[in-house]
Amino acid sequence: MAHFEKATSVKDWLNQRLAIEKVEKVMASEYWIPKNINFLWAMGMVLMITFILLLVSGIFLLMYYQPNVATAFDSVNYTIMREVGFGWLWRHIHGVAASVVFLIIYIHMFTGIYYGSYKKGREMIWISGMLLFITFSAEAFSGYMLPWGQMSYWAGMVITNIFSLGGLHLDGLVEWLRGDYVPAQAFLNRFFMLHVLLLPLAILGLIGLHFAALRIPHVNNQDGEEIDFDAEAQKYLAGDKKGSKVMRFANDFMSKDMMVVGIYLIFFFYLVFYHYNFAMDPVNFDPADGLKTPAHIYPEWYFLWSYEILRPFSVNIGLIAFGFAQVIFVLLPFLDRSPNAVPANRRGAFGIWFWLLLIDMIVLTAMGKLPPEGAFSTIGLVAALAFIALWIALPFITAKEKKL
Amino acid sequence: MEKNGRRGFMGKAFGAVAAVGAVGSLVAMKKSWDPLPSVKAAGFTTLDMTAYKAGELVTEKWRGKPIFVLKKTPEMVAKQNEDDKARDIVVNGEHFMVAIGLCTHLGCIPAYYPEDEDFVCACHGGKFDFAGMVTKVPPPRGLDIPPFRIDGNKLVLGEIGPEYEKMKENGVTL
Repeated sequence: MAHFEKATSVKDWLNQRLAIEKVEKVMASEYWIPKNINFLWAMGMVLMITFILLLVSGIFLLMYYQPNVATAFDSVNYTIMREVGFGWLWRHIHGVAASVVFLIIYIHMFTGIYYGSYKKGREMIWISGMLLFITFSAEAFSGYMLPWGQMSYWAGMVITNIFSLGGLHLDGLVEWLRGDYVPAQAFLNRFFMLHVLLLPLAILGLIGLHFAALRIPHVNNQDGEEIDFDAEAQKYLAGDKKGSKVMRFANDFMSKDMMVVGIYLIFFFYLVFYHYNFAMDPVNFDPADGLKTPAHIYPEWYFLWSYEILRPFSVNIGLIAFGFAQVIFVLLPFLDRSPNAVPANRRGAFGIWFWLLLIDMIVLTAMGKLPPEGAFSTIGLVAALAFIALWIALPFITAKEKKL
Repeated sequence: MEKNGRRGFMGKAFGAVAAVGAVGSLVAMKKSWDPLPSVKAAGFTTLDMTAYKAGELVTEKWRGKPIFVLKKTPEMVAKQNEDDKARDIVVNGEHFMVAIGLCTHLGCIPAYYPEDEDFVCACHGGKFDFAGMVTKVPPPRGLDIPPFRIDGNKLVLGEIGPEYEKMKENGVTL
């Protein structure tokens, strides 16, 4: 057994048993962050805070929600909204955060793409991040089922039908996923389980992986400069705080991080109190009815771009395009053949590619919301083809890029 | 791990036990997600075919799914093409379109427009004619016909009769 001394203080007692000082250094005060960054580097912390908001509001919703097809709708729209003290607050925080979290995820993703933060040893950060995006998507979808309104039911119907994989006609697989011929009690119960247990567990594990993937390559910076973190940390600890290119995670970086979080939270709670309606589809305030499809079925805004890639094609081609859109982002570190890890505006053709992709995804999002008629159909089709073309072009344009 | 010796053997022995356990638990997990017997047992619906009016769409329910029943008018019967005729369900000399009212694309319910005599799906813009054949993609095929058996004036959904079997053989429905 290891040797223990009589402790001189509570801290010393804990230190001997848990090495709390060392843990604090490794995790915070001697975890080094480059100085050359901007507010976009705070999005990780903003996401963490939003996730905690989802978790806490979710815990309170869970205490009154009933996963039963007969009572689910009323447990949300009557019990939680009208009877439970501040129940409306938890629901509106949960709904708004579920929507806003995707806005921040997209900003976080496109920041990474712009600054080349998926290259030179940072591939696992990108891949774990994309796995988080996929799990968050599943979490959002499963949560959307729970109020058991019309949009819940029909989104559940449409999305589970995707698993018949078009021409393969895997109807047995779809019925297995639902536990019924249509979304019904078994379906609601298992999506409830996924939403409150299995997927949150997966998300927590993936957040751990995402953070772990950061430790060795460290955080990228505004110039994609390769920093010798050990040497710069030595410099900082020796007293040359000004000359060092790095700073402590806590409290140096955290103080700015929490400043951004503060501004974000004001915006967030403004939405929660005054503009929560954008996250609450009016159609979902009609109880689920298996014999009546709403006039227009569309997903929440954050899924519109991939929905629009599915929509303009015949079923098999649409599914292939949709599958392509779901996985292609994960492969970004390998499709980008250039060794340059610098901001997109210094990378010539890649800079144009970046802005075209961003604009294309905004166009896809806008078209996905509009009914599939006339000119909108055509614009949607062109944008969907452009999305695929951009990704196919990526390895070629980056392979030709001049080494900086 | 060592290839030989006791540790190697113990490793392989544990691997074998774990593999059997893993396969067993996967089977159990798969079966746990299957539709329950009570869900499967409730899968039959009987329709009285004398109750329908020609040219008027009625939506029935079978296994939780909407079932379109449209008694065709003599004009509709007269203008049917070969594909449409193959989908006809004839009960006591009357022609019916009976189909699962879910778009074969991703399962939304198409709406019926009597003036155009066609079905339009709001989700992704698919169209079907009054006999249930696709007239505009994305749906890959006509509306599916549920398993049925003709019993005098009645139609039993969920049971397989000779007329349904013939449709299946000819590829009229899945």
